[in-house]
Amino acid sequence: MLLLVFGLSFLSFFPSLSLSQHFAPTRTKPHHRISVSLNLKQRKQREEKRRMMMKLDTSGLESFSAAVPSAMAAAEDQLFAPPSFDLPAGCADFDKFQMEAKQTLKHAKGTTTLAFIFNQGVIVAADSRASMGGYISSQSVKKIIEINPYMLGTMAGGAADCQFWHRNLGIKCRLHELANKRRISVTGASKLLANILYSYRGMGLSIGTMIAGWDEKGPGLYYVDSEGGRLKGNRFSVGSGSPYAYGVLDNGYRPDMTVEEAHELARRAIYHATFRDGASGGVVSVYHVGPNGWKKLSGDDVSELHYKYYPVQPTPVEHEMVDAPPA
Amino acid sequence: MALRGDWMYENNGGTCVAIAGIDYCVVAADTRLSVGYNILTRDHSKICSLADKVVLASSGFQGDIRALHKNLAARHLLYQHQHNKQMSCPAMGQLLSNTLYYKRFFPYYAFNVLGGLDNEGKGCVFTYDAVGSYERVGYSTQGSGSSLIMPVLDNQLKSPSPLLLPARDAVTPLSETEAVDLVKDVFASATERDIYTGDKLEIVVINASGIKREYLELRKD
Repeated sequence: MLLLVFGLSFLSFFPSLSLSQHFAPTRTKPHHRISVSLNLKQRKQREEKRRMMMKLDTSGLESFSAAVPSAMAAAEDQLFAPPSFDLPAGCADFDKFQMEAKQTLKHAKGTTTLAFIFNQGVIVAADSRASMGGYISSQSVKKIIEINPYMLGTMAGGAADCQFWHRNLGIKCRLHELANKRRISVTGASKLLANILYSYRGMGLSIGTMIAGWDEKGPGLYYVDSEGGRLKGNRFSVGSGSPYAYGVLDNGYRPDMTVEEAHELARRAIYHATFRDGASGGVVSVYHVGPNGWKKLSGDDVSELHYKYYPVQPTPVEHEMVDAPPA
Repeated sequence: MALRGDWMYENNGGTCVAIAGIDYCVVAADTRLSVGYNILTRDHSKICSLADKVVLASSGFQGDIRALHKNLAARHLLYQHQHNKQMSCPAMGQLLSNTLYYKRFFPYYAFNVLGGLDNEGKGCVFTYDAVGSYERVGYSTQGSGSSLIMPVLDNQLKSPSPLLLPARDAVTPLSETEAVDLVKDVFASATERDIYTGDKLEIVVINASGIKREYLELRKD
């Protein structure tokens, strides 16, 4: 309040000078060329005036008890003291509370996704289970997100984080197209996402995604995560079931596969991951990204795939159990 | 729960269910409000009618739920002023998801199911987690009794996943009265085994002729 009064009074005396100089608590080098041109005497005069104006009579602002020292001072202090409120619950350690709040809500994670580049393009595959702690919250989650007709993103980690930021990435890619009159590259799109995630690093986002697409340089595949990592590569698998998927994928991978072979390899890899990983399951979706964009190749329920890969064999029995004869 | 100085949430319990039909949608929630072992009231509605074809049911922390419902109702009013029409269910679905995600680092402790009719008049249910991840489904349940109710709904209503190729329809073939009966049965069972569910059941049915409300008494113990 006092400073505002200062400002107004100075304006009337020195309209040509900025206010910032006079408010500076320390005597720093003046920023404006106007003051440099003044001579020393004028500067000293202004200093004097300023120091005098600083000496305001603030006796009226002191509390009553200080002006009238008496035995009642302590009690009066309490009477006239401004009311004090307890800080709201949670303010003591808000950061810790935030961390705990995020842990408690246990949003969906646990998955298997994979993607690889081969001579005919990029194959992207994922399961469809979302779990919250031990509860399966959904068996039909779309984990392969269509950013635009020639680029796909996969979802692993926090479902809400992945959904929101992939949608945001799609918007940014479209804006790039409109601004630059050409499609964004896979390199560019993955960099956009990685930079956003890096700026939220340490705040608890949980995203492990792969950006796969076909741009002017051919097929592109990048892995981007919420720690701020971004890797270019030919083969990736992300999620709790990724070790199992890598086993099958690395074993069967050849760069010169046909689309059908690559499709079957991806489907098997995800199936095996869902077989052994409790947090993966549901429906295996497989997409292929070619020069003309992406196309969904298949969506198969993993339990049906199980009986397709391992048909039930009639087991030979040595001693067959016979129903007890009716009495 | 409120005794800890650094914990700002509270779980007021309750369960919500929504089922989508061919040309109708049923949204139901119990009306019990509890804190710990206490019942604060037996007559608290968890359902909010956002638009003439959109109804939201939420369970969790009632303070956040009140604020969330108010926020959405205000946004819907703005939308009506700007676009001269009511919001459709898929549009409200996306809006709710974004509203929840904007508080990603201090979430609304609200578990939502959004029910209504889509632009073609078919039943449409969206299910959410607390931070806004959402999915369109044929039926869903959230809240304290959800793990008791969901297996029953899966048993009765489970339909082929929308991710299968070639695609198959995800909407239940039940009629409206059958769906309402199923909801009543399912809540009666959940009331038996969940302490936070009971007292009264509020059932809202949305179809082409509008929104209809019905109440059913549940066990009060």
